[in-house]
Amino acid sequence: MSERVAVKKTYKLYIGGKFPRSESGYTMPVVSGSGEHLAHVAQASRKDARDAIVAARGAHAGWAGATAYNRGQVLYRIAEMLEGRREQFVEEIRQGESVSARVANQQVDHAIDAWVWYAGWSDKHAQVVGGANPVAGPFFNLSVPEPSGVVVAFAPQEQKGQSLLGLVQTIAPIIVTGNAVVVLSHPSQPLPAMSFAEVLHTSDVPGGVVNILTGERASIAPWVASHSDVNALDLMGAGELDWASLEEAAAETLKRVYTPVKGVPAVSLERISAFTEVKTIWHTKALG
Amino acid sequence: MVSASQALAPASRASSVLGTDLSEQSLRRYLNGLPRVDVIGANARAGHFQTRSLKTETKRQGLDLAIRMVDLTTLEGADTPGKVRSLVSHAIHTDPLDHSAPSVAAVCVYGDMVGHAVEALGDKHVSKDPSGISVAAVATAFPSGRASMKVKLLDTEDAVAAGADEIDMVIDRGAFLSGRLGEVFDQIVRVKEACKRPDGSYAHLKVILETGELATLDNVRVASQLAILAGADFIKTSTGKVQPAATLPVSVVMLEAVRDWYLATGEFVGYKPAGGIRAAKDALRYLVAVAEIAGEQWLDPHLFRFGASSLLNDLVMQRQKMTTGHYSGPDYVSVD
Amino acid sequence: MSFLDYSPAPESTSILKLQKQYGLFIDGKFQGSRGKSFATISPATEKTITKVVEATSADVDKAVKAARVAYDKVWSRMPGSERAKYLFRIARIIQERSRELAVAETLDNGKPIKETRDFDIPTAAAWFFYYAGWADKLEFATGGATPQSHGVIGQVIPWNFPLMMLAWKVAPALAAGNTVVLKPAETTPLTALLFAEICQEADLPSGVVNIITGAGKTGQALVEHRGIDKVAFTGSTRVGRQIAKSLAGRSTALTLELGGKGANIVFDDAPIDEAIEGIVSGIFFNQGHVCCAGSRLLVQENVHDEVLSKLTRRIETLRLGDPLDKNTDIGAINSKRQLDTITEIANSGEVEGASRWSSSCDIPSKGFWFPPTVFTGVQASHRIAQEEIFGPVLSVLTFRTPAEAIEKANNTPYGLSAGVWTEKASRMLSVVDKLQAGVVWANTFNKFDPTSPFGGYQESGYGREGGVAGLLAYLKTPIRTGGRK
Repeated sequence: MSERVAVKKTYKLYIGGKFPRSESGYTMPVVSGSGEHLAHVAQASRKDARDAIVAARGAHAGWAGATAYNRGQVLYRIAEMLEGRREQFVEEIRQGESVSARVANQQVDHAIDAWVWYAGWSDKHAQVVGGANPVAGPFFNLSVPEPSGVVVAFAPQEQKGQSLLGLVQTIAPIIVTGNAVVVLSHPSQPLPAMSFAEVLHTSDVPGGVVNILTGERASIAPWVASHSDVNALDLMGAGELDWASLEEAAAETLKRVYTPVKGVPAVSLERISAFTEVKTIWHTKALG
Repeated sequence: MVSASQALAPASRASSVLGTDLSEQSLRRYLNGLPRVDVIGANARAGHFQTRSLKTETKRQGLDLAIRMVDLTTLEGADTPGKVRSLVSHAIHTDPLDHSAPSVAAVCVYGDMVGHAVEALGDKHVSKDPSGISVAAVATAFPSGRASMKVKLLDTEDAVAAGADEIDMVIDRGAFLSGRLGEVFDQIVRVKEACKRPDGSYAHLKVILETGELATLDNVRVASQLAILAGADFIKTSTGKVQPAATLPVSVVMLEAVRDWYLATGEFVGYKPAGGIRAAKDALRYLVAVAEIAGEQWLDPHLFRFGASSLLNDLVMQRQKMTTGHYSGPDYVSVD
Repeated sequence: MSFLDYSPAPESTSILKLQKQYGLFIDGKFQGSRGKSFATISPATEKTITKVVEATSADVDKAVKAARVAYDKVWSRMPGSERAKYLFRIARIIQERSRELAVAETLDNGKPIKETRDFDIPTAAAWFFYYAGWADKLEFATGGATPQSHGVIGQVIPWNFPLMMLAWKVAPALAAGNTVVLKPAETTPLTALLFAEICQEADLPSGVVNIITGAGKTGQALVEHRGIDKVAFTGSTRVGRQIAKSLAGRSTALTLELGGKGANIVFDDAPIDEAIEGIVSGIFFNQGHVCCAGSRLLVQENVHDEVLSKLTRRIETLRLGDPLDKNTDIGAINSKRQLDTITEIANSGEVEGASRWSSSCDIPSKGFWFPPTVFTGVQASHRIAQEEIFGPVLSVLTFRTPAEAIEKANNTPYGLSAGVWTEKASRMLSVVDKLQAGVVWANTFNKFDPTSPFGGYQESGYGREGGVAGLLAYLKTPIRTGGRK
């Protein structure tokens, strides 16, 4: 009996809750650590990025307007889906990073636990970061953090161990407070990114809240960095690019910029707060 | 003394409530003195009605009531005499499988279709059979209301002359939102006058507030009160051409307005939610709201109507299910 | 037939798979006891639902020991991220079994199925979700101090929101790294026992949660047990006082959530119809069996008649009857004893000179019922203005000015909740500032959320449940929230 022929997957982009091909029609081949051809992924163009930003903007108001409890529930469901698909991720990490199954499993463990850590912040962030301010006058004064809006993020792969964990560290802290995000996955690790897109698609996250683009990103980077309808630029994983120019382009519209980080970052509250704005409200108080 | 130019058109209801000094200022003062609506609280009250579970006898009763209170509507640019005849037939024979099913309260059409509707109804028209079906006409440059008063009055008079029993007018939302409450009031009074027939009787006037454009529940309350003061027989939510149309929170506020009017004066004003009510389930929730806020007397075609088109078939299908015990389908009800 | 005579819309109890006799849930399994077996009944029909046992001192001892071992060997050593995942599991299972839990709660407590389905059970699940997310990030709540759990917590909860009160106690305790021994009220043990099953389904390590049924004696044995590090009690001020006295001089931490006589203040510029809803919710939600009930209506004198007229009209649309009927608004009084208490205090109202009005709703022949009742002409010195009735009885007083409203509202040794109704925001914010109450509801009432701290001033207890404050109550850090040591 000859070995059964497998049905190989076609990889597309994830934009607005759908899986379109790149409008350019270009693809990028993906090889394993040992040189074996794995797949072609879509090569995102600047127009795809533009469309993803439009989708993110369209989804932002609804996502930010959901209750924190609701967002927490959605993020927790994503963790459930991640856990359910762990074999798929383990396999992709093993092949893509050329590591053992044990090491791949460890990364998946950390990634899911990190995602759960961030999910639990949804209904707590405002309590820890915001609060009443005892101003010197007859005023009610309250500070609340609000999401910045649309964030474009560069997923990291400075070193091994990041293909899934890096995605989690990129996406979770951004969306937990209500931001929408366009993720430019790392060119060397697109498959876990697209598996992640499948996870998102089967959880309850509204289309457009997370958009994932694959392919080489150096040429579309300046376009997103300078895009006027982007509120923040997450360069945490953009270390291999000319990120200083991107930061300069972002300065044109005074985007909030998160600069590159070396190595695998730990979970941090600071990364959540980095993509929020604090609003402070005053109101008079008088008995008469 | 108020000069003639400042005085508003007389309306007996308003005079008795405000006093003889019926002017833009006194009207505005009175309306702005109405209690405000807390939106979250009103939404919660509306939500309460959605938890009511109507079963067996109550459901049967509710479905029949709902059918009897439908204003079966067609208001399209493409309406023709043929379409109106088809609508009328559906209005009379609501269930093709059960000719004992109740008929609707009225058909609702554009003014130039009134004659065709009356003719198609024949002996089933209220003019021949008091328990029959009425013809309601939209008027006053429906749906926008953006035309001169002369045009809007003529629109009304034409429909009345053609035989309309009821007129569904629209208020001037532009005037309302820019604060010219007296103007809105005047227009309603004059349209009511235009409903007068040669024999001295009046066509019933429904006043459409177009709540979707009023934006706040406070405005809905003010507009409701204003319309009642000006002589509305019914206050109606929407034209159905603007989203959002009828909603439960809006209905809560409008039902509170008709209830409070009744408690203060003993007079009844009807209520008609229109647009956006497609499912029988939703219609039944409106009946609960009506009964629990205003009172059971309002569960009558004289005081309550559903402005709807596709709702009728869902009511009929639910009624069929109660009789046959299984779910029905669109092939077992008739198209308009 | 009148449309408003809604046909019966009963929720079926066939979803329940109950045992005929429950034991105690200790160390991860149901165990027998030498204690006396007693029945828990449905207060709507007086029929027995199932039987439970009254845990003896020996049982209490066994449970505390099991909790201690679980704490020392497993739970306190477990990373927060792992504890979190257990709590998420429990939250999820509560959601999955929510219909069953709602039916069980309604049957055992007597409250309407509409409430258990739409409020009690979802809130219990939400409490677990919220605190699950704290377990792996405790250091962010302590402002820098190293978080440390207490150890074994003894928890005693009341009968008015059985599963929800259990969630309020167990979720933060476990998130903070403690283990618990919990005693549900003697008239409402059912959902606590089903919760024990849920702990098994979630594979929660044995001994982390222990559920022991019983009455006053069991509760006393638990709170006085030398092997526990902290007591958390929700119940009457009378019992809370006793507990505080018995723990005096000891190092056991203590939080108390006790009674109240909440004031609902309605100003003349209130959104009237919504205020009526708030008044109705305030005193008739859960048949008035709520510590934070708005049991005193303080209405501005110039709108008194209008408010009362609308209020009584609205009350007449409330449906009292079978709690399992989905259209029921007012359920049964939880026990004969509680019914007698309500009746006695309500009667004093007339004796002392107030005017009594009750809804004309039909009262079923079996079971324990009290119609929604309103007393007008109440004075601050009347018993019905001072004592917690814990039933569907509203006492109406008037005021003329904001300052007078505040004075009357604060004129009580209790301090749990208050409601304020006005459309003038500056006055609203100033009034809420001055009210001596742990929870103030502005243009709303009876709102609860796991992120929002709940608890009282003065004789309504000390400590908060919900939010960061509720978490800190279960940690030993320099930051305290009014609890002891």
